[in-house]
Amino acid sequence: MSDHAPSPQELVQITYQPKGSTDWLEPVATLSKGRYCYSAAAKNLNAMDLPNPREWQPFEEDWKLPPDWQKIILNGMQARLKKFRSFRLFMDICVRCGACADKCHFYLGSGDPKNMPVLRAELMRSVYRRYFTVAGRLFGKWAGARDLTVPVLKEWFYYFYQCTECRRCSVFCPYGIDTAEITMIARELLNLVGVNVNWVMEPVANCYRVGNHLGIQPHSFVNSIEMAVDDIEDLTGIRIEVPINRNGAEVLFVMPSADYYGSPHYYTLLGYLMLFHEIGLDYTISAYAAEGGNFGLFASNEMMKQLNYKIYAEARRLGVKWLLGGECGHMWRVLNQYMDTMNGPADFLEVPVSPVTGTRFENTRSTKMVHICEFTADLIHQGNLKLDPSRNDQWRVTFHDSCNPARGMGLLEEPRAIIRSTCNQFYEMPENTIREQTFCCGSGAGLGTDENIEMRMRGALPRANAVKYVQQRHGVNMLACICAIDKATLPTAMNYWVPGVEVGGVHELLGNALVMQGEKERTTDLRSEPLKEKEKEAPVHA
Amino acid sequence: MSPLRAGIAFLLVVLVAALAYFGAETAAVRPLLADILPYAALVIFLAGFSFKVIRWAWSPVPFRIPTTCGQQKSLPWIKANRLDNPSTKTGAWGRMALEVLCFRSLFRNTRAELREGPRIAYSEDKFLWLAALAFHWSLLFILLRHLRFFLLPVPHWLLGMSALDGFFQVGAPGLYITDGVIFLALLYLLARRFWDAQVRYLSLLADYFALFLLLGLVLTGIQMRYSDRVDLERVKEFALSLTVLSPHISAAVAPLFFVHLTFVCVLLAYIPFSKLMHLGGVFLSPTRNLANNSRIQRHINPWNPPVKVHTYAEWEDEFREKIRAAGLPLEKE
Ligand code: HEM
Ligand code: SF4
Ligand code: SF4
Repeated sequence: MSDHAPSPQELVQITYQPKGSTDWLEPVATLSKGRYCYSAAAKNLNAMDLPNPREWQPFEEDWKLPPDWQKIILNGMQARLKKFRSFRLFMDICVRCGACADKCHFYLGSGDPKNMPVLRAELMRSVYRRYFTVAGRLFGKWAGARDLTVPVLKEWFYYFYQCTECRRCSVFCPYGIDTAEITMIARELLNLVGVNVNWVMEPVANCYRVGNHLGIQPHSFVNSIEMAVDDIEDLTGIRIEVPINRNGAEVLFVMPSADYYGSPHYYTLLGYLMLFHEIGLDYTISAYAAEGGNFGLFASNEMMKQLNYKIYAEARRLGVKWLLGGECGHMWRVLNQYMDTMNGPADFLEVPVSPVTGTRFENTRSTKMVHICEFTADLIHQGNLKLDPSRNDQWRVTFHDSCNPARGMGLLEEPRAIIRSTCNQFYEMPENTIREQTFCCGSGAGLGTDENIEMRMRGALPRANAVKYVQQRHGVNMLACICAIDKATLPTAMNYWVPGVEVGGVHELLGNALVMQGEKERTTDLRSEPLKEKEKEAPVHA
Repeated sequence: MSPLRAGIAFLLVVLVAALAYFGAETAAVRPLLADILPYAALVIFLAGFSFKVIRWAWSPVPFRIPTTCGQQKSLPWIKANRLDNPSTKTGAWGRMALEVLCFRSLFRNTRAELREGPRIAYSEDKFLWLAALAFHWSLLFILLRHLRFFLLPVPHWLLGMSALDGFFQVGAPGLYITDGVIFLALLYLLARRFWDAQVRYLSLLADYFALFLLLGLVLTGIQMRYSDRVDLERVKEFALSLTVLSPHISAAVAPLFFVHLTFVCVLLAYIPFSKLMHLGGVFLSPTRNLANNSRIQRHINPWNPPVKVHTYAEWEDEFREKIRAAGLPLEKE
């Protein structure tokens, strides 16, 4: 772990009692190391035709802003006030009731009052008042208005990159004010003057040109899929086939790229592939649309559209009938709430019908993209899969709802249905921390980088704390989730806060339990760990 | 900072009261307060309010972004939450109704505390919800009750409502429940802006101003009703004269009424410039008033921008050799 991270004991010295003597209208003086991400490399800005590519870092005094940066931002605000009702409305109607204040994981983990969603939004709102409202123009700071100065801009950068766009605050707000929406606009504005972070821009640039976040080129992509095929053969004795860029398949399957280069994501990949083989799905994956994730969501609506474009384009080129999407949180926010609007209509596709069960996915009539958990839950419910949940007996499982499927979709029961059928031991975390009230992993929205480790661990505290609760009560040792960012960052958070809890995908659990035709007896799970000895007594159900 | 902000807000409200009180006793000012101010306030309110609402309503909603707070509609055997995650227009209306009538989202409120362990504990915290709901419903009742000054004859439903409100006959004249409730609710809302460190930290002058103004309004109302009784016949005459655009107020009406009236006018004129616009805005919030049906029905973005894309052909051109080496099919050899 990097030297910026204090120990857990140091880190929990937090109070939720902001000192009344300080005035939040004053911008913070210093950006504290370990709580921000490094700047985007010039080459990545160039790749995306973004303004002001240069060498700079947030800890330097001079950010090398363009001379007319203030005008650029204010014009940008003006334009976005006209384009987004959400922005204008959320600037106008907050009553500062504070209902959202202690709902943000970053506030709970840091106690920094500017991490209260309402104040995060006020950082922008104060500037809005100053330049766009009568009261603010007339009365300045007495109306809670402030000038757009360099320290204010730095503060924007600091706090709008301490928001994971998780939308938890918006669940509790009486008007549904979604601070994530304000963060998204703020980041668009910061992009206009070249203030961006590399952890967002590099994946964006890679994804645009090569097709996935790490910039893995076609031949390496094929290699990792072949490795998965080999591993499945070792495990089950079955040699499966994984079609890539195949014309005329019925289904195009799109997954987050981490599934084929990350761990523990990889075991989820094995799960998908075993499932597709077992049901004889007529599908293909694509080396061009090889990324379901979309870091454009964390940069600007235009970049989101640029990256998302590939999915429908590839579906059309390959002549598939419908789309299936893997386990990934923010990917599903985009697929559910943006894709059809941005790059549709998908009138060249057909309404998805499960070739096995015949279920017509009416809920995807227009977009024609089905979530893998919807697809699998249906298979299980209709009795089309043979499952042996005892092959997951080494796991005492709890489920982490990822922010986006929970609050930008409502995919809550489908993954749970799969877990209940594939695991004997499933325990829910406390109610305030799951489903629509779920807590973020603390590293989403492009913040999952090493230099930001302190803030990430802070943000992960509420989630980890709930895991600890079920660990102590039920001996939970597996945190299941359906998100690639979770799988990448929760292991670090678990190690830090709740050692002894592994992180895995729902389709990893499925892969363990799935009894495949003609398979040899399994001695290990997908992680090559020996299976738990079968016990005599009946399994414990949650 | 906060005590200073609260202090100034308080003084501003006292200033309004003082101006009204002494204005009422000054021959030159009295007609201004009674004959001109109400119209001016109403015009500012109507113009400002419509301007803002229309500006919101005309701003596009490029994306369908409901915050989903329950199970989506997907497979037939999974029970969908029709209100917290509506998939139809009707459902979205239901969700809005729950928000507007019951403050559904505020009802979820909890309070987080960091205990030994460390353990974060979340406890139910319904007081904000209760106070906000009590305040708003009382306000609605009180506003409606005021119609009796403007209507002749007073309609039956209004009398019925007032009778219900005055169900507990405490002293004569009957005590309206809503008077007590709104006062206590406002007091709570104000108190938490002082006591709750988080809310105190974030509160602005405007937050205190709105509460002091409302408290002033309520207190002068209560005082007129229960202690320094004003001549209600004369007040009704005045209210009716306003409605026919020939305002006239009798010399018998005491200055206290002028203070009450001026508070009302200031409140009306203040609404369009303040957070109190939430009363119109709540209905337009795209995270609440849209159905979560973006996979069922295409949502249109009126300004959907053209963007530069990286096409398959360009990709294939760039990686042709590697694609070939990997054994993948090529469009162009
Ligand atoms: C329909 C949905 C509404 C919701 C959810 C709502 C919610 C709230 C909340 C939470 C507060 C803040 C209390 C505080 O200070 O902490 C508030 C204040 C206020 N609301 Fe509403 N309100 C609604 C509608 C209305 C309507 C229709 C009116 C007008 C008649 C109104 C007038 C006020 C006023 C005057 C305040 C000021 C009191 C204060 O600042 O606290 N509200 N509202
Ligand atoms: S809950 Fe909503 S209205 Fe209340 S302070 Fe937060 S954003 Fe503002
Ligand atoms: S969206 Fe999430 S991270 Fe951002 S302010 Fe709201 S609760 Fe905090």
